[in-house]
Amino acid sequence: MIENIRLAFQGIWSHKMRSVLTMLGIIIGIAAIITIVSTIQGTNEQIKENLIGAGNNVVTVNLNQSGYSYDMSWNPIPSGVRTITEETRQELEQIDGVEKVSLYNSRNYVNMVYYLNAEYQGEIYGIDSNYLSVYGYQVKQGRGFTQRDYDQFRKVLLVDTNVVKNLFGGESPVGKNMEIQSEVFTIVGVVALSEEFAPTINSLSDYHMYANTSSGCIYMPITTWPTAYQFDEPQNVAIKVKDTDTMTQAGKAAADLLTDKQIQDPDNSEFDYRSQDMLEQAQKLQSMSKSTNTQLIWIASISLLVGGIGVMNIMLVSVTERTSEIGLKKAIGAKKKRILLQFLTESAVLTSLGGLIGVISGVILAQVISNIMQIPVSISGVAILVAVVFSTLIGVIFGMLPAYKAANLNPIEALRRD
Amino acid sequence: MAIVELTNICKDYQQGKEPVRVLKNVNLTVEKGEYLAIMGPSGSGKTTLMNIIGCLDVPTSGSYTLDGQDLRDLDDDAMADVRNKHLGFVFQSFHLMPRLNALDNVALPLLYGGVSLKERRERAAEALKAVGLEDRMDFFPNQLSGGQCQRVAIARAMVGKPDLLLADEPTGALDTKAGNQIMDIFRQLSNEGMTIIMITHEPGIAACADKTYHILDGELRTDGNLVKMGGGEDEED
Ligand SMILES: Nc1ncnc2c1ncn2[C@@H]1O[C@H](COP(=O)(O)OP(=O)(O)O)[C@@H](O)[C@H]1O
Ligand SMILES: [Mg+2]
Repeated sequence: MIENIRLAFQGIWSHKMRSVLTMLGIIIGIAAIITIVSTIQGTNEQIKENLIGAGNNVVTVNLNQSGYSYDMSWNPIPSGVRTITEETRQELEQIDGVEKVSLYNSRNYVNMVYYLNAEYQGEIYGIDSNYLSVYGYQVKQGRGFTQRDYDQFRKVLLVDTNVVKNLFGGESPVGKNMEIQSEVFTIVGVVALSEEFAPTINSLSDYHMYANTSSGCIYMPITTWPTAYQFDEPQNVAIKVKDTDTMTQAGKAAADLLTDKQIQDPDNSEFDYRSQDMLEQAQKLQSMSKSTNTQLIWIASISLLVGGIGVMNIMLVSVTERTSEIGLKKAIGAKKKRILLQFLTESAVLTSLGGLIGVISGVILAQVISNIMQIPVSISGVAILVAVVFSTLIGVIFGMLPAYKAANLNPIEALRRD
Repeated sequence: MAIVELTNICKDYQQGKEPVRVLKNVNLTVEKGEYLAIMGPSGSGKTTLMNIIGCLDVPTSGSYTLDGQDLRDLDDDAMADVRNKHLGFVFQSFHLMPRLNALDNVALPLLYGGVSLKERRERAAEALKAVGLEDRMDFFPNQLSGGQCQRVAIARAMVGKPDLLLADEPTGALDTKAGNQIMDIFRQLSNEGMTIIMITHEPGIAACADKTYHILDGELRTDGNLVKMGGGEDEED
């Protein structure tokens, strides 16, 4: 066998031009597939990374009315919906795959919020003590909220870096006052995503925030929230899950539990809780890019088929050329199987080599595309392995006919030709 | 003891619509150690006879016993085995593998016989030495003269220690000097006890053998006499 492979390489080497031309179909097909798969994979990984973030996997569960997110900016406190108790929060933490649960109130559209004469137009949150760690925020300046802030309903604020940039012109806001709904609050700290999560987007609002270059987020202790707004607003829930695989599932379980517990008459209510995780959205985007690329892979496969037929053709030529060699081998005692194997090996080596060159070209091409078009590529070892195995298989399949022909040559016919 | 026994061998070839009888009731017995030449003009059926003796072809009718073994019902692979173990071939046009050097060419039959690499190399070197090419072992066929190529082919035929050496016009492609060299080797092999059947159309070459049979139009004669032990030439089996 090793001898066969060695001879096959010798044969390929002695017909360099012909071999390369024969392999071209395979090379192009494999290169195309590797390029496509690498770009798909790279794009998908980027989508996933952008939307989910590494290790900071958050599902939000919000109150919905007739299928639309219920926004307290425009709406009164919904009737028949209870606020979430600490016991329920702890129950949520018991759900499989859930690591930490945070409750918060929010306004996505605010008015009557000022720093000096400048009106603030970002979002405002009333957050519990889990919130920052659930979302992976860190206090960059000043301090975070203390237990006292919560217990004494202190009118203190944290702001994010967008607020610092947009409202404070980049200067430190710590110690400065803001007016929210005619109440005066003092900024005690600045938060930002901790380094490891820095460029990633961890929730829908983050996503919008980045996309719209939002004016920012302001946070107050959830206990202080009624001072600025009102009592008994139903909270939102942010759930940090242990891993992305069970993320959607955990979110759904939490939403079901909340719908069950918080809505007084769940069967007849237009209200329910729904989970929203980025993984779901990421998967939607991914499947979209996948389906267009599946078509490309089909086209590449046709190129492989054509390449295989080319290999078969050249192997048939080679059998004819080497008729006398085959006849001699049979005359001195080579059995059919040996001749069969020799030609199968030769065509398999030819296509494997083509596959290998195709993989290398594909990887290079993917890198070039990545550089030119600024899309990420991810070269998968599995894809490379499959490509090489597949091209070997093509050689075996399309080498079958020529090899069979060679094995069944009549030795006297073969020797007659000189 | 007879090594080759052909009885009433006929061979038909389809030429156009009509089958043409190329060998007509050939009877031939070759004893062990004999050195036999078969002479005949071109197209008389020499190669056809040789192919049948060499287990490369099967007769249309008649029986063939090689070294006591009836070869009628053997399949392709069994025939390949017989050729590998019992027969050595030398052809007019050498038929060496162009991409293998002399040593590997000679070792090839041993590969098919399942001999280990080390032993293959040793025995091939020995066989090349016996034909005087010990200094050409790693030469490729295109680096060797015609006479040298044919000596490599003889070494290849002999490396498996066959019972019978078959040579089809072994000097046909060679000049007289190289041809004589080949004949010297055959003579020596014969002296060492090898059974040889050599086909030629040159009387001078045939004269090197111990015995010459003539073939004409598919009929085999010994020293000018028609050998006819079976039925008439038109009889079908
Ligand atoms: N495969 C074949 N098909 C048809 N006719 C053949 C075939 N092989 C040989 N013959 C014919 O048989 C005759 C004997 O051929 P061959 O044995 O090669 O002669 P020689 O070797 O004595 O020159 C020739 O007339 C040739 O044309
Ligand atoms: Mg002939």
